[in-house]
Amino acid sequence: MQVKNIIKVALRSIMKSRMRSLLTALGIIIGVAAVVVMVAIGDGAQKQVEDQISSLGSNLIVITPGASASGGVNRGMGSFNRFTFDDVQKIKDEATLITGVTPIVRSGGQVIGGIGNWFTQIQGVSPDYLEIRSWKLKSGEFFTERDVLARSKVCVLGSEVAKNLFPDDDPIGQQIRIRNVPFKIIGVLSEKGQTSVGTSNDDIILAPSRTVHERLSGGRFISSIQVSAVSPAQIPKAKEELRKIMREAHKLTQGEEDDFTIQDQADLATAATETSKILTILLGSVAGVSLIVGGIGIMNIMLVSVTERTREIGIRLSIGARSSDILIQFLTEAVVLSLAGGILGVSLSFGVSYLLNNYTSQAANIQPEIIFLAFSFAGAIGIFFGFYPARKASKLNPIDALRYE
Amino acid sequence: MARNIIRTSGLSKTYVIGEVEVHALRKVDINIDQGEFVAIMGASGSGKSTLMNLIGCLDKPTSGEYYIDGQDTSKFSPNQYASIRNQKIGFVFQGFNLLSRTTALENVELPLLYDRTHGIKDPVEKAKKALERIGLGDRMHHIPSQLSGGQQQRVAIARALVNEPALILADEPTGNLDSRTSVEVFSVFQELNEEGITIILVTHERDFALFAKRIIELRDGKVTKDFAIKNRLDAKEELKKLKEDSVLQGQED
Ligand SMILES: Nc1ncnc2c1ncn2[C@@H]1O[C@H](COP(=O)(O)OP(=O)(O)OP(=O)(O)O)[C@@H](O)[C@H]1O
Ligand SMILES: [Mg+2]
Repeated sequence: MQVKNIIKVALRSIMKSRMRSLLTALGIIIGVAAVVVMVAIGDGAQKQVEDQISSLGSNLIVITPGASASGGVNRGMGSFNRFTFDDVQKIKDEATLITGVTPIVRSGGQVIGGIGNWFTQIQGVSPDYLEIRSWKLKSGEFFTERDVLARSKVCVLGSEVAKNLFPDDDPIGQQIRIRNVPFKIIGVLSEKGQTSVGTSNDDIILAPSRTVHERLSGGRFISSIQVSAVSPAQIPKAKEELRKIMREAHKLTQGEEDDFTIQDQADLATAATETSKILTILLGSVAGVSLIVGGIGIMNIMLVSVTERTREIGIRLSIGARSSDILIQFLTEAVVLSLAGGILGVSLSFGVSYLLNNYTSQAANIQPEIIFLAFSFAGAIGIFFGFYPARKASKLNPIDALRYE
Repeated sequence: MARNIIRTSGLSKTYVIGEVEVHALRKVDINIDQGEFVAIMGASGSGKSTLMNLIGCLDKPTSGEYYIDGQDTSKFSPNQYASIRNQKIGFVFQGFNLLSRTTALENVELPLLYDRTHGIKDPVEKAKKALERIGLGDRMHHIPSQLSGGQQQRVAIARALVNEPALILADEPTGNLDSRTSVEVFSVFQELNEEGITIILVTHERDFALFAKRIIELRDGKVTKDFAIKNRLDAKEELKKLKEDSVLQGQED
């Protein structure tokens, strides 16, 4: 009965000072939402990188042109596009610890066919590609070594491309024109999902490497060579073997540095984690700052209203409130505001991360621990600064509380 | 013999500010019985408010004894003090001390919410009755800033009497009011006193003190005079006179 009355008094008091209540809750809302979202973004980015790497296939080894910069890792297009089909052939002939090898010849452009046109990337690869990338066909078939040697104008569509150009009918057997070169579609890839930068893995067309090389990329060099090792355990040995072969192929003498970089997934992962760690630290600091700013906001509002509230406490004491009544009231107020602010903050962060996940390329992955952490921190600030001055005031003589300035 | 409700002996209060000691009250002995109506007078700084705060259990004496209704207050726990303030005493301040942004009704209801003894069934109803009886039935849902000074003070009086206290204390209740409104407030006090509630109030104005039954005068923290009033004024009649005066003035204009 008594406590019910005091909670009634507390809720009334919250409603009476809507502005103060709102500002207090706002500090908590912003603090909680900022922390949860920031950490979710950092975590999401890290997850994306991990996903992408694991989607590469666990035995994958990537050879890229150019020496690896000391300390850092050379990623993708180096300054030397010096790989040739002879390099690929040599690896195929001599390497013993691999199950497949493919050159990657990159090109891209406007594709016309089906119901309209579509801009996408075209990769020239070998028939080993599917196995190396542990990818599967949804329908049709993949091209063969004969197609590569014959420069056949056949292609396999990524599911995204197939969906966009042939939403209604079966693309297999149909013609498309890639940069005005007619290609016959012989297969469609299964869906693979998103890459770390949010683009679709499935927005791609695969074609025989030599066809792409000569017809589309204008005889440019091969941008990378991808190899799959026989097993994860054999990756170090396979790398060593590949290095020997490549050095021989490039006629490097002893003492000369490698003009290529060989990386397995672990190397890629370290490089990527390095980057996303920096991101996480950065975002974490931003989040920490906003939590502190939110906390200071709460503090300010509470302290500014201390005079008014001390007088209020004096009035309540003078008409017979016990100091425990005052404490319960203020604690209730602080808890209600912190809880409401915390819940709104968490909801806000869920909303923001939903928007991020669905309308931007940025993934956000909300972690329950962070919700808990942000919630309890903001709550603690709210409760402490709502409660502590009240505790002090409730110990005063009523007359001293009334006179407080 | 009426029952003694206030008894102080050697009641003293000393404020220490830095090196300076201010003796606000020096060994005050007062006896007040149930049903009395006492006006406390004295120059500014003579210790009137200090005495009221001690009697009202809002503050504690430096030395001396204070018995309320026969109970020794020095033995009270903080919670007992709170109960006394809630049950026995209604305090009316010069500055009203109403909760801002809070309706008259909710202000008056407040002491009932802190009541631990009666188990009051319908505090809202009780608060309404208290407001009606001091003539503010039509202002229940106004907040203090929407009320005149006299109305605010009447809300404060309603709040003081809602818990049916034995004692109403008022420190310069009309200090912020014009004389007409002041007389109105005094007529409320006289009415309450007639119902048996003991009233102690502080006033600066001799004219208003004559509405009481007894005057205690303080000087420099000591009681210098303590006497019963022979020609007591009736606030209702004074009010009637004031009204007639203003009607006459209206005719003159
Ligand atoms: N909280 C306090 N701290 C220090 N001194 C105080 C305090 N309250 C009152 N005094 C001092 O005690 C003395 C008596 O003050 P009190 O307020 O009781 O006077 P008063 O008779 O009510 O005066 P007034 O008619 O002006 O209200 C004064 O000298 C005053 O300065
Ligand atoms: Mg005074």
